[in-house]
Amino acid sequence: MADLAITPGHGAAEPHDEHATTTGLPNTKIAMWVFLASECLLFGALITTYVLYRGASDTGPYPADVFDIPYTSVSSFVLLASSLTMVLSLTAAQKRDVARMRLWLLATALLGLTFVGGQVYEFTAFYDEGLSITTNLFGTTFYVLTGFHGVHVTVGILMLLSLVGFSAADRLPDDAAFPVEMVGLYWHFVDIVWIIIFTVVYLIPTPSPVPA
Amino acid sequence: MATVTVPETARGLLRRPTATTGAWSWLTTVDHKKIGIMYGVAAFVFFIVGGLEALLIRTQLYRPDGTLLNADQYNQVFTMHGITMIFLFVMPMSSALFNYLIPLMIGARDVAFPRLNAYSFWVFALGGLFLYSSPFLGGAPNGGWFGYAPNSTTDPSIGMTFYALGLIITGIASTAGAVNLAVTVVNMRAPGMSLFRMPPFVWMGLVVQFLLVFSLPIITVALFQLLFDRRWDTAFFDPTRGGDPILWQHLFWLFGHPEVYILILPAFGIFSEVLPVFSRKPLFGYQFVVFSGIAIGFIGFGVWAHHMFAAGLGPVANTAFGISTAIIAVPTGIKIFNWMGTMYGGDIRFTSAMLFSVGGVAMFVIGGLSGVTHAIVPSDYQQTDTYYIVAHFHYVLFGGAIFGFFSAFFYWWPKVFGRRLNEALGKIEFWLMLVGFNLAFGPMHILGLQGMIRREYSYPESLGLTFWNQVSTVGAFLIALSVLMFMVNVARTHLKHRDEAVEDPWDARTIEWMTTSPPPVHNFDEIPTVHSLDEFWHRKYVEDERSGTLVPAQAGAADTHDDGHAGHGSIHLPSPSYWPLVAAVGLPIMAYGVLYSWWLVGLGALVVLTGIFGWALEPSVAEE
Amino acid sequence: MRKKVLWTLGSIAGGLLLAACAPNATQDTLQPVGDVAKQQKALFVPVFWVAVAVFVIVQGGILYIAIRYRHRKGRDRMPKQTHGNTRLEIGWTIAPAVVLAVVTVPTVALIWDLARPAGEGALNITVEGYQWWWGFSYPDDDMVTDWDSPITIADTMVVPTGRQISLALESKGGGAQDANQDPDFQVIHSFWVPQLFGKQDVVPGRTNHIVFSVDEPGTYTGQCAEFCGLQHGRMKLEVRALEPADWEAWVENQKTLAPSPTDPLAQQGEELFLNPLSDGRGACIQCHAVGDQGATAAPNLSHFADPEHTCFAGCNWRTEDREALAAWLADPDAVKLGAKMPDYQLTDEEIDALVAYLYSLT
Repeated sequence: MADLAITPGHGAAEPHDEHATTTGLPNTKIAMWVFLASECLLFGALITTYVLYRGASDTGPYPADVFDIPYTSVSSFVLLASSLTMVLSLTAAQKRDVARMRLWLLATALLGLTFVGGQVYEFTAFYDEGLSITTNLFGTTFYVLTGFHGVHVTVGILMLLSLVGFSAADRLPDDAAFPVEMVGLYWHFVDIVWIIIFTVVYLIPTPSPVPA
Repeated sequence: MATVTVPETARGLLRRPTATTGAWSWLTTVDHKKIGIMYGVAAFVFFIVGGLEALLIRTQLYRPDGTLLNADQYNQVFTMHGITMIFLFVMPMSSALFNYLIPLMIGARDVAFPRLNAYSFWVFALGGLFLYSSPFLGGAPNGGWFGYAPNSTTDPSIGMTFYALGLIITGIASTAGAVNLAVTVVNMRAPGMSLFRMPPFVWMGLVVQFLLVFSLPIITVALFQLLFDRRWDTAFFDPTRGGDPILWQHLFWLFGHPEVYILILPAFGIFSEVLPVFSRKPLFGYQFVVFSGIAIGFIGFGVWAHHMFAAGLGPVANTAFGISTAIIAVPTGIKIFNWMGTMYGGDIRFTSAMLFSVGGVAMFVIGGLSGVTHAIVPSDYQQTDTYYIVAHFHYVLFGGAIFGFFSAFFYWWPKVFGRRLNEALGKIEFWLMLVGFNLAFGPMHILGLQGMIRREYSYPESLGLTFWNQVSTVGAFLIALSVLMFMVNVARTHLKHRDEAVEDPWDARTIEWMTTSPPPVHNFDEIPTVHSLDEFWHRKYVEDERSGTLVPAQAGAADTHDDGHAGHGSIHLPSPSYWPLVAAVGLPIMAYGVLYSWWLVGLGALVVLTGIFGWALEPSVAEE
Repeated sequence: MRKKVLWTLGSIAGGLLLAACAPNATQDTLQPVGDVAKQQKALFVPVFWVAVAVFVIVQGGILYIAIRYRHRKGRDRMPKQTHGNTRLEIGWTIAPAVVLAVVTVPTVALIWDLARPAGEGALNITVEGYQWWWGFSYPDDDMVTDWDSPITIADTMVVPTGRQISLALESKGGGAQDANQDPDFQVIHSFWVPQLFGKQDVVPGRTNHIVFSVDEPGTYTGQCAEFCGLQHGRMKLEVRALEPADWEAWVENQKTLAPSPTDPLAQQGEELFLNPLSDGRGACIQCHAVGDQGATAAPNLSHFADPEHTCFAGCNWRTEDREALAAWLADPDAVKLGAKMPDYQLTDEEIDALVAYLYSLT
């Protein structure tokens, strides 16, 4: 054992490492999938809470009073488009086109920011119309569900901008496509969650109670 | 133990830590073995604290109308006892064992994400300290470990806000750890170690990580909802605004039931390792044991409302969950037969480790049987919320999980520390603990059936509950004595001069015993190639062609030199790091911020972000 | 030696069984009196014995194996390395499953039986859970008082024998306050009288039900069985089951007002009770009710001294315990920490008068 030189080298977790993994997939990729699985349960519990309390508010404003479906459709489309730009940035990374990769990453972040900004505007409007987080169950469940999602989008934007920053500072590994792919997985997940939220919360109508 | 020397990089405050020995190195270590030991020490400290809380409870209940604790104090003590034992002792102690042993048992050099591993430990430790700061800052949680709303949302003391925040923090630790260990088991096994050549302890570990990954998010949502109701007056569980308190129960038990399997499966894994070694026979029915563990994992998500039989869900729900609960008894129970089959026909040596495993199986049988009686739904209307339930879960959790831990301590202590705990003391400890445990919790079956409710700080003489309460208290103090004995055993073992080297003291079966005790920092000089279950055993013993019995193999057959996976003499190891600790510290700061000031939340978030960015920008192994 | 061990074990087991039948355990589920409790025990006992049988077989097996196959000094043997026996394993998977399936049948049957609503002619009682006392109100048409409200009582639930009783469980709160001015919150409780029936939770926002009957007259004690805050451990009740004649008399008495007090001290107490106390201390009738006067946030005291009203303040003290009543009035928080009744700073004279008044409310 004495003649073994134990020297630092590349960590076993990095994808280009010559140490084979049991499945052939890099550790980080499996970790991201497992993490996203747990996130499914997180949003599942939040969405379930919303659905269970649908129609249970004892006072208004009710969804029909405040929702502006066309407006939210536009911001949903913006978020969907950001998934497209995310794919484009990954393709560029795979082609080692660093400039394009950064461009599309920035575009994704920008579209994400637009979405979040749109939500901030939307929530301010709701608040002005009398819907706060404590007004009724609708306010409580709506703001908490969409708020958690918004925080996830914001974290995603931070990760996207970090990728751009790291790339500009030449701190990304040679195979930049891998971290881009990992962030992309997260970003697409957040997008899919929004599609579900948009459908369940906005598109499926909640009948307002008939005044007594 | 070899010292990894790494040339220094930048100078100054942000210099990367380099030492891997010495006191300071424990704060920056990313070595799974050191982290495992830290988990173990921290968990054991919380075990003592939780045990002291138990002694307070038992002393208060020793006589009718006890006056040691008033109602308010008692409610805090029993709540913290539950929280401590479950979240700060059993779960982290399982993490200690998984962390230390899984990489060694699968032939890996560390876990998949060593810095994430360190992060998990620090977040847990800080979360525990955060919870225990509460009595000094206005009051400890007092709404029970299960925190039923609306009592938990309306209680005027600050304690339940600490509860929500503290468990969110420890939940983050457990989730990170679960992702880490799941990826490790799935992706870092030695060549030739297919899933069905993994030791059963590793299998149970894998199921536990998936249970954590899928159940923790649900309670996280519930805790946030509780936090928002308390702190910002939301309506989640407020019946005056349409909120349904039962929603809390569903969310809590959707986590809570898988949680009990998270608590017991490690012990099932331990029994499945220890019994074969000390019977000198393989685990009987390895596949059934593995499949039943997986089955428990799945079905475990389908029984949660059996904690809610008296909540008024209606006969349809009660029927469905009564049936599913009966179903889950099957995979849980048949393991007992597999363990008996393992011992049957063996050459059994009753070391302390073996005693604790056999005792653990026997105690678990009792707890399992009382559990089956709970599944008799209408009878559960009498049993639920009484000491009959307290008896049940202490038999499975103490009798099962904690006896399992002590078995693991005696079995793997030589592996971890290179010394054996004293066997004579261990045996006395076992018998003392067995007697004390049964005296403490056996009578609780009777107390429950005779009408003693849970969570009451006193009872009147007129109910005829006094005698068995007194017996129970005596038993609790005997348990305390046995734990003290264990601590004396540890102290004596480590204070004395270490003389004999213990490589394979038990003639074990699995590959963690193929390296030195303690293992070198890189675990194995050469990663063994695995050809079968119980790989180590099969290298030591071969089947004699003529007689068909097992005989020792030729000398040196168990060595790994010919395995050819040394990596050309250079082993890559991750380097120590500050950043996991930094990122961890931000979380309790944010939590205090929620309690006191938004500025603190911002500061905590900044610390978290700094930690994460530092971590992301630092290569996992320092550059030369 | 073995005989000694067996004798010791046997006598311990015998002793345990005997002790399990404690004579004064008034909340003993194993001594059921009500029909529901009897049905629940009848289901539990056979399953218990099945569990005992499994226990004996399994633990006996473990003991036998441990002794038979223990390593004997000087005899090193390598046991046969049996890996399993698929047929055996399938067998011992199926056998417990069959046992459980069999047990499930009467279980499901009783779940549905107990869930059936009460029949015609059942007596309805609304059980109200407060922090930390039980109130009982009788909403049936033939249980209305002279002042047009349902008969209402606290701490003791009075029922007739031999008749089906339907309990509607409701969680209440919001009217009272403790020494820190925290209100009594609407939380989950659980209504349990072990000798009569297994518990059901009292959940805010929904109404759970218990339907039962009891044939034996007597007193049956119970407790709240779901942690509900500070004084969960002191939220008790008694059930007084009365034979039909006694029940009729009780109902008739409850329908009328208690007689006006004739004793001057009691009259003084009535003055104090029905009017605001001096120095702006508040009034008893802000929360309590006697007859047609008062509110519902606190126990109804209309017939406080009625013999069937056996206990007070969460049923922690006997009604006839004069000292306990005086201590309660003097400082509720001191005798029951966190009690949702303020300290009215009553003088000794005021307390004497109020006690006399309360004892006049027969």
